[in-house]
Amino acid sequence: MTLSTLPEVLPVDSSVEPSFSPEVPVEGITTSSPIFDSLTQWPEWFSRDQRAAWENYQLLAQPRRNDEPWRFANLKAIDLSDFIAALPVQDEASLLERSKGFQELSAKLVFANESLIHRQVFSLPEGVLLLPLEQATREHEDLFKKNFMSTPVRLGSKKFAALHRARLRTGAFLHVPKGVVIERPIEIWHWVSGENATIFPHTLIVLDEGASATVIDRFISARDERSLAVAVNDLTLGAASRLTYIGVQEWSKKATAFHLNTTEVSRDSTSTALQMNFGGAYIRGESDSHLLGEGSRSVMLSINPADGSREIDQRTFQDHFAPRATSDLLYHNALADAARTIFAGLIKVEKEAHETDAYQKVRNLMLSDEAEANSMPGLEILADNVRCTHGATSGELNEDELFYMMARGIPPQQAAQLIVRGFFGTVLERLENPQLEEQLGLILDRKLNL
Amino acid sequence: MSTETKPDINIDRSVGDFRYEMDYAFDAGVGLSEATIDYISDVKKDPDWVRAFRKEGYRKFLEKPMPTHWATKDLENIVFENIRYYLSQGQQPKRSWDDVPDDIKKTFERLGIPEQERKFLAGVEAQFDSEAAYSNIKAAVGEQGVIFMGSTDGLKEHPEIFKKWFGKVIPSGDNKFSTLNSAVFSGGSFIYIPPGVKVKHPLQAYFRINAQNFGQFERTLIIADEGAEVTYMEGCTAPKFETATLHSAVVELVALKGAKIQYITVQNWSSNVFNLVTKRGLAHEDAEIKWIDCNIGSRLTMKYPGVVMKGKGARGEVVSIALAGDGQHQDTGAKMIHAADNTTSNIISKSISLGSGRSTYRGMVHVPKHLKGCKNNTECDALLINSHSRTDTYPAISVRGQGNAVQHEASVSQISSEQIFYMQQRGLSEAAAMSLAVNGFVNDLVQQFPMEYSVELKRLIDLEMEGSVG
Repeated sequence: MTLSTLPEVLPVDSSVEPSFSPEVPVEGITTSSPIFDSLTQWPEWFSRDQRAAWENYQLLAQPRRNDEPWRFANLKAIDLSDFIAALPVQDEASLLERSKGFQELSAKLVFANESLIHRQVFSLPEGVLLLPLEQATREHEDLFKKNFMSTPVRLGSKKFAALHRARLRTGAFLHVPKGVVIERPIEIWHWVSGENATIFPHTLIVLDEGASATVIDRFISARDERSLAVAVNDLTLGAASRLTYIGVQEWSKKATAFHLNTTEVSRDSTSTALQMNFGGAYIRGESDSHLLGEGSRSVMLSINPADGSREIDQRTFQDHFAPRATSDLLYHNALADAARTIFAGLIKVEKEAHETDAYQKVRNLMLSDEAEANSMPGLEILADNVRCTHGATSGELNEDELFYMMARGIPPQQAAQLIVRGFFGTVLERLENPQLEEQLGLILDRKLNL
Repeated sequence: MSTETKPDINIDRSVGDFRYEMDYAFDAGVGLSEATIDYISDVKKDPDWVRAFRKEGYRKFLEKPMPTHWATKDLENIVFENIRYYLSQGQQPKRSWDDVPDDIKKTFERLGIPEQERKFLAGVEAQFDSEAAYSNIKAAVGEQGVIFMGSTDGLKEHPEIFKKWFGKVIPSGDNKFSTLNSAVFSGGSFIYIPPGVKVKHPLQAYFRINAQNFGQFERTLIIADEGAEVTYMEGCTAPKFETATLHSAVVELVALKGAKIQYITVQNWSSNVFNLVTKRGLAHEDAEIKWIDCNIGSRLTMKYPGVVMKGKGARGEVVSIALAGDGQHQDTGAKMIHAADNTTSNIISKSISLGSGRSTYRGMVHVPKHLKGCKNNTECDALLINSHSRTDTYPAISVRGQGNAVQHEASVSQISSEQIFYMQQRGLSEAAAMSLAVNGFVNDLVQQFPMEYSVELKRLIDLEMEGSVG
């Protein structure tokens, strides 16, 4: 099935469209105070919340060299002072045209420079809410308040999360009620356009007991421009629910981006999250998974082909609060040219979390002499009767494999790419979802020029 | 070495605010100031460059913040003003066992060094508080040209070797506690092994803390010249005191081309000691440095033995066992800096946490750009005994460029209840079964220690395990 079948294109609610005029002066995102009311569609209470967040942002210190959550990070890359607020896009139609991703979707949202430009629902079960965030604040205040950025930012980007909260203009809100299963994925596009433009993508997902959904966030630059994204996603899984969350990040190679995630997994529920980082000059990813209920499971995956002088800086937290929960992390980095990666992961087993089963593995495939991989896999175990292992490896292409392919007439460059493809393929397999694996595999092939 | 020495007491005691304890021939009083350093330098008759080195260390000590942005906040409980920085029996090292005072001998007896064993030891350099109380190098070792003496004598008698390497492996400003050591160091060993000399028997020294609130700041420098080989053993025990004591040693090893140094530590501090030690070796071409480290006891131990592999084909190894008992924190690990091609390093760490004990592994592996054929293997295994025991692992691994292989693995586990059940079925008590299981967990590492140490180690583990079960 393609996007053209079963079209049920809903007009975008014009009341939620911000009414910017192109004359809005250039607004430095770190210096000029955000506009808290007249131009946004937020209710009064949320505007107050944003104002408080802005004050908090200004109070919080910029990360410094000795801050442990920023160890190895290039602190120059997080000087955001010359980024400006994004202006409404002029080329909606062409961006829409380019928003062609997964096949067989249940719904699709397209955001461009902080406004929802398209919403299309193919088949969503009754009761499912898929709304712009600002609509959710008005219509589902309690649900929103309970789940919107409700857990403290613990992996270093407190200041940037405050900036996000202060300057947020829209985002996606998905609520799946009890027992409802959404078979096909929901795809959400986040476009950024304009030199030094900044966007604050937000995806808030709440699954009630026994619910199930697959959501794909597509982060993408309109042109080869320098830009900034401070993206946040809050994923809340009710008992025995199932969420697959995929982030496909294709920012331009000049972009700076923060991807801050919090996942709360309750009893017998399973969260599977994959972040694929294809773009960005500096990418900071923070994934904070809370295992709150017995039998909960969190699978954390990442695929990072890094080249040029790009830096991918990822911090993860597998925090086990409840007994008999499982977490499983697998991050694969392939480093070419003068690329840098940083992985700092922590498995924490809290006092009550007996019989925890936690696993964490980062593998660095070094493809160049200039590349640099930093790994900090950490464990903090406060309970007994646990099984926790972690591992970090750095190695190069397997000579035997290269030789084998070259002996069969495959040029060395392509042989190397095939090995990298295989290296990433093992991460995709962990999704345990052949359809997703196939479609994400196609993106991977395209990105690796295979 | 002269046995006939009288301490020089003609120094100006009006300088600095210190308290003089009659029990000790020399006492720098409590607290640290420039005057304390002058006092130590006067008493020790330091050459001018050493005095300047101390002052430089002191200046850096004042500048350096506590490393609490990554280390435990417990460090803030060290009250530097309440610590004694220099204390001496006022004795020069003695050559013969008979000359050693009885009370000191008695403490050594309690350490459990069997009389017969001493005969096999190439030399005994046992440190009583700041100064070496006993020093005996077998004639055979001396004939080979081996220099084995206290570092105080070393810097005076062999400045040409000493000065060349002193403070070069660990610069005085390396960290807060190395600056402190640089300012007030006393005691420790100086060893030089001439080219090609392979010292057959391990050289040995016992360190201990013997006065309340008294910090020990020994400084050890071991140089193995080209193709030389030496094993050095260091053991520590301390009587229990009411208030916290601080131990902050600096140990520098230099292995020149093709040399091998093995440095073995078995430490059993009392549970009020802060043991904050900087240990690092510099391995030249084809040289090998191996740290074998066993940490038992202390309130807080922070110790990360390191090897800088400076020459091609150099090897570094750290084998570490840590046992954190109730209320103790063993924060140990390893640092491996690869600075030349084809260098290999290996880190094996096993820790056991008992009761409310906490063991932490902190590691650093660094492979810079443009190196080929570097290999590192790191394995950390942690064993938790009780439900409120804690263990942490914080490695940091930086690899630049291709052509190197680095791997790190860590695991946390418990003693399986089946194992315990099985042993109890065969008539062992639960405690004995636990002890046996713990000994089994570390057995492969314990075997790397010299025989007498591994026996002692097993005894220490049994002792620590007492009362931790049930």
